[in-house]
Amino acid sequence: MNDKEPLFSSKNMKLLKGPLNKDNPITVQVLGICSALAITVNLKPSVVMAIAVLAVLAVSNVVISLLRKYIPPRIRIIVQLTVIASMVILVDLILKAFAYDISKQLSVFVGLIITNCIIMGRLEAFAMANKPWQSFLDGVGNAAGYGIILIIVAFFRELLGSGTLWDYPVFEKLGIYNSGYSDNGLMILPPMALVTVGIIIWVQRSKNRDLIETH
Amino acid sequence: MKQFSNIYIVIFATIMVVIIATMLSFVSMQLKPKQIKNEEIEQMKNILASVNINSNAKNAEERFNKYIVGSYVINIQGEKIEDTDAFSVDMKKEVSKIQKINTLNNNLKEAKKSPFKKFLASVIKFKEKNKAAIESEIIKMEETRKLPVYICKKGKNTYYVFTLRGKGLWGPIWGYISLEDDFNTVCGIYFGHESETPGLGAEISESEFQAMFRGKKLFENSQFVSVKVIKGGAEPGNLHGVDAISGGTVTSKGVENMLFDCLSGYNQFINKQMK
Repeated sequence: MNDKEPLFSSKNMKLLKGPLNKDNPITVQVLGICSALAITVNLKPSVVMAIAVLAVLAVSNVVISLLRKYIPPRIRIIVQLTVIASMVILVDLILKAFAYDISKQLSVFVGLIITNCIIMGRLEAFAMANKPWQSFLDGVGNAAGYGIILIIVAFFRELLGSGTLWDYPVFEKLGIYNSGYSDNGLMILPPMALVTVGIIIWVQRSKNRDLIETH
Repeated sequence: MKQFSNIYIVIFATIMVVIIATMLSFVSMQLKPKQIKNEEIEQMKNILASVNINSNAKNAEERFNKYIVGSYVINIQGEKIEDTDAFSVDMKKEVSKIQKINTLNNNLKEAKKSPFKKFLASVIKFKEKNKAAIESEIIKMEETRKLPVYICKKGKNTYYVFTLRGKGLWGPIWGYISLEDDFNTVCGIYFGHESETPGLGAEISESEFQAMFRGKKLFENSQFVSVKVIKGGAEPGNLHGVDAISGGTVTSKGVENMLFDCLSGYNQFINKQMK
């Protein structure tokens, strides 16, 4: 890689777009499932969570990438953890100050971004060996790949589980309840998040045959 | 891979930690006032919720000022403590006072009951004098307790809101209870928690659980019995019990203890008001 490579070369775009589809952290690498189950009951916290992960991952990726030549390999995991942890604390403080309700809903899961394997994985596998710009794109790409699944799952769970979208009562306004429909309470429970993610994986793999494992 | 000397590693780690600590504490200090404001609004919302008034972050302050017509702090004798704001009472300290009183009480009881303890007590010269000392310590502790009272006027009715705080399974739990002006019937209740298990103990903050408390009585024949959280379910018509949460036994027990410990502090106040 030379320095004159354009900012959005095809190689760099691949870093950004790959995780959205063929390298998706949730549906293909099956990472970060825990938080995907916990906070996708409503659209709002999911979007906030996606943004929080995006901020944490992009910034820590850049920081680690800038420091990569100076980080002693023996303590690299600790350094990565410290960077992630301080980013997460920052995000938590900001949420508490500016989005108190949502920070209450997300409760421990903001703190648990630290343990989200997507972040540690990207720092260790990518940022430690690549330049800041590429690392930034990689971070944004992976976080977006994670966030998009979160939002899709939350969309269906909120719509079918509570009949609302972004707290707006869609079904009530459409008058669907009058025809005898009632909300599916099961959608609110964590198992349905798993089933929804499963369905997304199914759809994705039936479109991309090469993702299907042969063994 | 490049080799780094131990000294380099230590220096690197130190500098990194110092930079990060400085940055975080700076941000934390900058955002503190806003967070405190948020917490106050949250407190107002919770107090309103205990009187069954809905509010959100925007209108909480306005509704609080409309419905909550007064607040003061009382001591264990039910006398008003002047110059203390109900909002400023540090409930964490109150909980540790209650815990201390409870341990002291237990010490007294056990020293009376078990022969072994009696023997042990005689060895370490636990005499009537010491017993008196403990008792006076309990009284002293009790006297430092601060109990916030909020008065709510909704239409023609007046409600009294008392503050609760106690221990759940993983962390603190808290709440507000509102009583009708007979100081016996529960009008509404609100519970919050820091880190109870979602789906189990965390159910205490759900409206289904809180709704069960409505209409329960605190006193039986003017004897304080509080409201019990009964494992296996309270019988219908039980005026002093609600269903516990299955899978949330410790949290349920915590709620029961919190209700008893916090509300018993208001006994003298209630007696005075009833006269």
